[in-house]
Amino acid sequence: MSDARANGQTPIIISLVVSLMLAIAPAPDWAEPFRPDWVTLTLIYWSMTFPGNYSVGVAWIIGLIVDVAQGTLLGQHALAFTIVIYVTVKFHLQLRQFPILQLTATVFALLALYQFVLFWINGVAGVNAPVVAYWGPVLSGTLVWPLVSIILAGLRQRVRR
Amino acid sequence: MAAAESKKQHRSPYSPALGLRLLLLAGLSILIQYIDHRDNHLDAVRKAIGATVYPLRVVVDAPVSAWRWLGDTTASRNQLQLDNSRLNTERLMTQARLQRYSALEAENARLRDMLEARTRVRERVRVAEIMSVSANPFRHVLVVDKGTNAGVFDGQAIVDANGVVGQVIEAGVASSQCLLISDPGHDLPVEVNRNGLRTIARGTGNFDQLDLPFLPNNADIEPGDLLVTSGLGGVFPSGYPVAVVDTVTRLPQEPFALVTARPSAALNQVREVMLIWADEDEEPEIPISEPEPEPEANQPVDSETGSDTGDLTDESTPETGDETEGETSE
Repeated sequence: MSDARANGQTPIIISLVVSLMLAIAPAPDWAEPFRPDWVTLTLIYWSMTFPGNYSVGVAWIIGLIVDVAQGTLLGQHALAFTIVIYVTVKFHLQLRQFPILQLTATVFALLALYQFVLFWINGVAGVNAPVVAYWGPVLSGTLVWPLVSIILAGLRQRVRR
Repeated sequence: MAAAESKKQHRSPYSPALGLRLLLLAGLSILIQYIDHRDNHLDAVRKAIGATVYPLRVVVDAPVSAWRWLGDTTASRNQLQLDNSRLNTERLMTQARLQRYSALEAENARLRDMLEARTRVRERVRVAEIMSVSANPFRHVLVVDKGTNAGVFDGQAIVDANGVVGQVIEAGVASSQCLLISDPGHDLPVEVNRNGLRTIARGTGNFDQLDLPFLPNNADIEPGDLLVTSGLGGVFPSGYPVAVVDTVTRLPQEPFALVTARPSAALNQVREVMLIWADEDEEPEIPISEPEPEPEANQPVDSETGSDTGDLTDESTPETGDETEGETSE
């Protein structure tokens, strides 16, 4: 077990930066409602794998960055990330044991929770949007999760080394 | 609960009590959101974080701009010649129209002067390129590549070749975020070009629809009417086309008619937009020798007022409001 703080973390940081870039990359109009929550997926994976280093604090800071990048209420994504990552870290031992299907189902629930927090804050802040729009990212995020977890597992080999 | 929680699995992920940290951070987020929702006290924080996001935007935008650059540089000679001749014709036509326009402007200024109304301010525009659009489907926000270093300010109006696009909500150093008029939280004071009927156009979250929610059933409005900015909100200069009325449904049982309009600007297709500055120091050159050498240079026309996105009623109208202030002190 070597969590080399100095040099071993670079792949993780790169993966987070790439997920942020995917989150702000331009996409055609029809694809926009189905953009997966790349940052959420990446954060879930790393907090499940290294709950000591990537926990609610990191999630909160990245949430603030996403808030600024997307122009939403400052703190909205930060809160949603914090809650989702809290649940992930809390159950990270169980999650690691899950087979891929069961894990994917859990990720679906986590993404739904994430969107629910956003929905709730939007409701309080008076940003009205059709409820259907919240489900697009949940579905697409669940679909791409196996892919994301395979790619990140590849990166993880490098972190361990 | 803190001590009991810290199991000694490995590197104990619960070091200072995970639950406690969650509560702290959640409370902090809610506090921040509250402050952010109330006022704009957190602009500095936003700017600081925005500066870290800027390089990412540049990288993300790089393939698109590289593709455009490639297209520009490898355009064939034939294509360029075609473009050139087309643009030349266009320029001639625009210039012809502009001649008439400047005569009309001078006449307008003269007439306004006779009515002792303030002459309209002149505007200066500058082209900005769109770097990215918001990934958030609930907010229609785009980012342009000009910031405070180019003189962009919060609340600045943005138009494209066909009409109003939106306004700057957050001017960063080298890039700015702009709210589109189609955002559900955006209200825009407009008037019907045909008869001067004033109303408000509200975004719907749909790129090709605006709502006009406050028109009574007997309002004189019909499909095809052009809506232009009225300038009464203090953010947008007056006279820019906004939308064309699409449908008018009069509902006798309701207090207001159901009116929708289609924005003139292609909100989801624009690649370049124009930022507008109100030029005050430059009076329209009209040969009028009125005997009043009063200094007209100190009216604050919509420069800092419009940092908030939605509301428009609380700002005094720049056309009439500020005129007397300088005089009453004597």
